[in-house]
Amino acid sequence: MTMGSPQNVYDQAETKVNAFVAWIDARFPLTKLWKEHAAEYYAPKNFNFWYYFGGLAMVVLALQIITGIFLTMNYKPSAAEAFASVEYIMRDVEWGWLIRYMHSTGASAFFIVVYLHMFRAMLYGSYKAPRELLWIFGMLIFLCLMAEAFMGYLLPWGNMSYWGAQVIVSLFGTIPYIGNALVEWIRGDYYISDITLNRFFALHVIALPLALVFLVIAHIMALHEVGSNNPDGIEIKKNKGPDGHPLDGIPFHPYYTIKDIVGLIVFIALFSLVLFFAPDMGGYFLEHANFDPANALQTPAHIAPVWYFTPYYAMLRAVPSFLGTQVWGVLVMGAAVVVFAFLPWLDKSNVKSIRYRGWLYKAFLAAFAVAFVVLGYLGMQQPTPTGTLVARIFTIVYFAFFLLMPWYTRIDATKPVPERVTYDAH
Amino acid sequence: MSLEAKALDEGVDGGRRHFLLVATTVTGLAGAAFTAVPFLSSWKPSARAQALGAPVEVDISKLEPGAIVKVEWRGQAIYIVHRTPEMLASLDSVAGKLLDPNSDSSDQPDYAKNEARAVKPEYLVLVGVCTHLGCAPLNRFEPADAELGADWPGGFYCPCHGSRFDLSGRVFKDVPAPKNLRVPPYQFIADTRLLIGSDTGAA
Repeated sequence: MTMGSPQNVYDQAETKVNAFVAWIDARFPLTKLWKEHAAEYYAPKNFNFWYYFGGLAMVVLALQIITGIFLTMNYKPSAAEAFASVEYIMRDVEWGWLIRYMHSTGASAFFIVVYLHMFRAMLYGSYKAPRELLWIFGMLIFLCLMAEAFMGYLLPWGNMSYWGAQVIVSLFGTIPYIGNALVEWIRGDYYISDITLNRFFALHVIALPLALVFLVIAHIMALHEVGSNNPDGIEIKKNKGPDGHPLDGIPFHPYYTIKDIVGLIVFIALFSLVLFFAPDMGGYFLEHANFDPANALQTPAHIAPVWYFTPYYAMLRAVPSFLGTQVWGVLVMGAAVVVFAFLPWLDKSNVKSIRYRGWLYKAFLAAFAVAFVVLGYLGMQQPTPTGTLVARIFTIVYFAFFLLMPWYTRIDATKPVPERVTYDAH
Repeated sequence: MSLEAKALDEGVDGGRRHFLLVATTVTGLAGAAFTAVPFLSSWKPSARAQALGAPVEVDISKLEPGAIVKVEWRGQAIYIVHRTPEMLASLDSVAGKLLDPNSDSSDQPDYAKNEARAVKPEYLVLVGVCTHLGCAPLNRFEPADAELGADWPGGFYCPCHGSRFDLSGRVFKDVPAPKNLRVPPYQFIADTRLLIGSDTGAA
């Protein structure tokens, strides 16, 4: 082959790239990280549809951070200017409407993928040993995400922003003795004011995103340490080949990076449909009352949080006050969120996946899913006596799933778990 | 041999080392706690916020009987209602349906701890913030309201979670709100001039 032939040029370039990577590797573990977390991270080969949502959650986090950075370039976190600055972004900033709608649609998308991601873990027992810490990191991410969404919702300074914050901050006022002082401390004022808006902005754009990113890193490190669960709930590390890699595992890259791109494209298509044709989703993603500026003297006719909080909100409303305090509703709401963290220890079953569990677990999980959706619906509606009664019943169903779990997972008739994952080549 | 065991083997004083470790940790934590004070205190209402929370004066000479006026004090709505004799008469009849008819476990100054919850019965002064979760209750003074039912005696209704209050802001039984609406500190500085936010001396 003569000098300058295409093959030769290609070889020379590759040599240069290799030398450059070697230079980096001597100073930073680039190739090591790449192998550990992608090229030689062996994931079970039987992942299904449910395994898209973790990756999608990371994509949405990146989307929220990037669009958020650009929004802060034009947003003004003051009571006098916030509402108008959002209108300014929507009308006068070039492509501002797109960036803002990406951020607001992204918030709802975040909760959709995270709820599905959590449900996947419940379907296949992904929280069970040895993945308890992985699950707890996930729960902390969920808590951070809720705080992030709540504080972000105050920033447009619409009337629903204002009264939503008023209601949620008042929750802390129900704590005996310290409640009122605590609420004053959180608001920094005697009401939700400019001061409150400014500090929520600080928490929303720097404190909570930082915590989220660190927690996501911890979540992934824990995952890659113990290895992924799978729809059969079998530990693939138990069956290793002569090369030391799991027989039922395939390298994350290229196999799952390619698969995830397919899911990502479908997700982006659906996301774009909402983004371009129904950014407020008929009032579910952006509530209509929020198109009026904040007014401390005028509550919107009907206060409801955005859809992703409504299951918990319905529980809050369903619990009556007694002994002169309504802290009970707040406790029930808090418990409904925190109880997820205890799943690894509540579940006494000897199998992980729903494929090998008995009808009892399936029935309880189905009832839980129905309760979550019904409570979510009721939380959006005006309170009525019938609605409150139904909410009380489904609050009990919701908690029964968790609190009766040690009992029903122990007596449930499980099926034998196969030695290797079930998988049809295609 | 572990690093620690090896050190002990070489004659290191383990007790002293342990003491220094604990002492350093405790001192460090105490320092961190003191350092946290200014940061946590910076969240309290600032001097400016406190100054803006000063009392407000309201002229109620033009407030018709049966009418309500809403003024702002500390960013909260203050409801001032000029009650008619009929409205005052309804206070007796609802007492049996109330959670705290004598305002024993509710928040009000002592001079408003009576059936009318007021200094002068005809003038009701309330903080327009629901004791449930802080929404603004609506005034529904007409009895038998179409939405609230034929037995509605007139009062306040919170649209957020359905709490109901009578014409003294006293809460009905079986609603989410646990207490009567709050009465702010206030005083009459003239026959028809109110000072909201202070009940001692001049403004």
